[in-house]
Amino acid sequence: MAAIGKMWKHSTVRLKIGFFGVVFFLFLGFVVYLVPHDDPTLFDMWNVYAPPSRDHFFGTTALGQDIFWLLINSIRNSIIIGVIVATIGTTVGVLVGLTAGYLGGKTDRVLSAVTDIFLVIPSLPVLILFTSLVQGGPTTLLMALAIAIFAWAAPARQMRSMTLSMREREFVHTARFSGENAFKIITTQILPYSLTWTLSNFMNAVLVAIGMEVTLAILGLSPATLMSLGNMMRVAQSYNAALLGHWFWIGAPVVASVFFFVSLFMFITGYNDYLSVKRGR
Amino acid sequence: MKASRYILIRIVMWVLTIWMGVTLIFIIPRLMPADPIQNMIAMMEHQAGPMPAAEREAMVAQMQRQFGLDESLWNQYTSFLLNGVLRFDFGPSLMNFPTPARDIIFRNLPYTFGLMIVSLIVSWTIGNIIGLLAGFRKDKLSSKIMESIAIFIYPIPIFIIALVFQIVLGFVLGWLPISAVIFGEVWSAQWISTLIRSAALPMLTLVVLGLGWWIISMKALSMSTAQEDFVMFARYRGLSEGEIGRKYVLRNTVLPQVTMLGLSMGGVFGGSVIVENVFNFPGVGRLMLIAVGASDFNMIMGGVTITIIAVTTATLIVDLLIPFIDPRVRRS
Amino acid sequence: MIKIENLSTSYKTIHGDVRVCNNISFDIYENEIFGIAGESGCGKTTLLKALYDLIDPPLQIDEGRVVLNGEKNGEPYSFASGNIKNAWWNNISYVPQAAQSVLNPITRLKSHFLDSIPKERRKMESKRETLDRVQKYLEELNLPPDILEAYPFQLSGGMRQRAIIALATYMSPDVILADEPTTALDVVVQRGILMLLMRLQKQLKNTLVVVSHDMGVHYQITDRIGIMYSGSFAEMGRTDDVFRNPVHPYTQMLVAALPKVGDKSAKVGIPGRPPPLTDPPQGCRFAPRCPLAKDICHADVPAFKEVYRDRYAACHFIGENISEVSLV
Repeated sequence: MAAIGKMWKHSTVRLKIGFFGVVFFLFLGFVVYLVPHDDPTLFDMWNVYAPPSRDHFFGTTALGQDIFWLLINSIRNSIIIGVIVATIGTTVGVLVGLTAGYLGGKTDRVLSAVTDIFLVIPSLPVLILFTSLVQGGPTTLLMALAIAIFAWAAPARQMRSMTLSMREREFVHTARFSGENAFKIITTQILPYSLTWTLSNFMNAVLVAIGMEVTLAILGLSPATLMSLGNMMRVAQSYNAALLGHWFWIGAPVVASVFFFVSLFMFITGYNDYLSVKRGR
Repeated sequence: MKASRYILIRIVMWVLTIWMGVTLIFIIPRLMPADPIQNMIAMMEHQAGPMPAAEREAMVAQMQRQFGLDESLWNQYTSFLLNGVLRFDFGPSLMNFPTPARDIIFRNLPYTFGLMIVSLIVSWTIGNIIGLLAGFRKDKLSSKIMESIAIFIYPIPIFIIALVFQIVLGFVLGWLPISAVIFGEVWSAQWISTLIRSAALPMLTLVVLGLGWWIISMKALSMSTAQEDFVMFARYRGLSEGEIGRKYVLRNTVLPQVTMLGLSMGGVFGGSVIVENVFNFPGVGRLMLIAVGASDFNMIMGGVTITIIAVTTATLIVDLLIPFIDPRVRRS
Repeated sequence: MIKIENLSTSYKTIHGDVRVCNNISFDIYENEIFGIAGESGCGKTTLLKALYDLIDPPLQIDEGRVVLNGEKNGEPYSFASGNIKNAWWNNISYVPQAAQSVLNPITRLKSHFLDSIPKERRKMESKRETLDRVQKYLEELNLPPDILEAYPFQLSGGMRQRAIIALATYMSPDVILADEPTTALDVVVQRGILMLLMRLQKQLKNTLVVVSHDMGVHYQITDRIGIMYSGSFAEMGRTDDVFRNPVHPYTQMLVAALPKVGDKSAKVGIPGRPPPLTDPPQGCRFAPRCPLAKDICHADVPAFKEVYRDRYAACHFIGENISEVSLV
């Protein structure tokens, strides 16, 4: 508890705002979600374009769907996709980076080359190909997997350079000379040390993944039945909600996305600043 | 000596990247749980009504032959590399039968690259200048405001920025077309003027998005460079802050930013795909989405392959600039 | 030449102010090599920063000032803390630690020379003329003139440091400050650098201030030396005199610990560590490590007073009976 208090004291305004923003969205997606509500995918043709009211906080869509609950479900699903992708991406990235950085030599050269290649290949065309082939609409999990193909390279690169610099540190040398095996050194010495940065990588992967889902959804390549921020915007856009002035319909996912992305980004950069200040001392 | 080695390594990496990319493209359709041909036929049936079983069988066989799916996997792979990657031959476009997919893609590619290159040059230049000032004079109020704006803009999905511009500048103020309309003979005055008007909003969107990134990265870079010993020593020698900013901080931060420019090509292409679709701009991104909608498999494969090669080549060209601006790569 | 008047500096930290230079007053003369010696953390680099007016937060001057007087091209000048910056490079210059990478990695050496020339002067002659003069200057110093076309990474550590010294002396300043100019260079190269500094000082007849923790460096080149301990001077005087006849117990132990030719006795270091500057002891700062310390040493701070002509020390027992204090 004291440690958290200390961390709080040394964190920047940016980190605090970002932290509260992220917590707020987690609250929306995982606590508010639990409040019993009707399935927002259901149509209600008697109740289209309803204005905001007690029953429908943000009104309804052209199909009579409740915008508020649509939004809550979308936030939840977007976060889940982000977390799935980030978990796969960060795990693979950390493993590749650690192996390349620690073993060095030929292994390192091959792994680094593959990592660099994946950083350069434009991901969107490949994802377009992938999602277009499953016309029935890819499942959410399948799409998360597809996004994860490109999510591991950036963490791998950072992990590799961290491991390289750490390999030369005193305590790792000591462990190596006292006969510890490589696996043990990595898991007991290097990994815990770099875990704080891994968290930052993880958050970043979440951000990138949610952004990618929004992009794919806008292009009509996300599963059509999936309630996500991107799909909400696409459907609203296809009904010309903005041009017709249905502000809540298009506005809710847009405003939510902006605040969610900005607070996640502030949280990441604030956390990185906090880490480098801590290391610097 | 070292420069030629550097160039050689870059070229080898370029070849490897293209190879890895197209191999991925080759593997993905064959890994899919659903057969793309069955998918396509289902699509056709959906549009034109069910067809008799015999006709259906014949159609499947014909398509398999057409896509070379009746051959061994290795033969399929080598013919894909040979015809697709080296000759850009992907067969006829199904939606514009019998025009080769390649011809249509190459007709659209300049629009996408024009959009990308102009917006990159503008956002890279302006973003780096603002970022340099924000990082080098980090205590000034204007620097803090600039950085806050960048932090606010950068993480926003590009679609939202495009949408806001479309509504505000196109719809509410009516200054620019909300949807691209380009007509007239290529290079005629009419063509140029309609192109400029149509490209304005897509370009503005890409520039704004790029600005956020270049400001943030340049600010971080120039802040850490400003702490370097050689900047301190320049100050001790009585150089003016302007001179230090230009000759010491800027020159040392431009190098990593050029490398970053190369790496950002893929992302900028992704941004271009979005704005092309929002504003109906006739680039490859728009073309590919139309092809997806029409189940034009040849066009999709061709578009994806050619864009991967094009984007990777653009990255290579930027990388090859580095020996010219970094003496450490050039000599020693 | 340089007058240091009652100078106190401190670093502002979140744990409060840390006093690093404590009430320092002394003069550095024209045409001499003055050495500042001491263990790391004793405040010698901070003192040098104050001399060069590099007072940026968190460092601040609490009290006193540094005054730089002299005459250049027949015109007298006077600068004090706060505006010494205006004298940089023209009247006073700075040679940084050899370990640092102080040259712009991606520009040639010649542009460093051109950059350092004050703006008003640059208009007076063309680049070509300036470079010709720089070239001649390098030849005078026995440095290969083609290093001007080289990038910093193409030079060896020793050559780089020589080039930096040439850069710092090209405008013939009256004062040159050198902060650990040979640290991190190998011994043979070190000697060359020291010789170059000495030669330049003889040629320019100016003031050279050398900060080093290496007593050997001071013995080789300095005319006068000040020994710092925990934020102020323990002893100051002519270098040969200080080495031959140290009066402060700290200096005595320091000199006794130096290796000498033909001496086979085991060398012992000074037991203990310098006190933390965040929490200095009362009285004489050296008292906790001093074998001669008495009650007075733990209570009162000894004054930095003249022992005899040009010889100063801060010890309670000096003047009473120096020989009794002597450990050697």
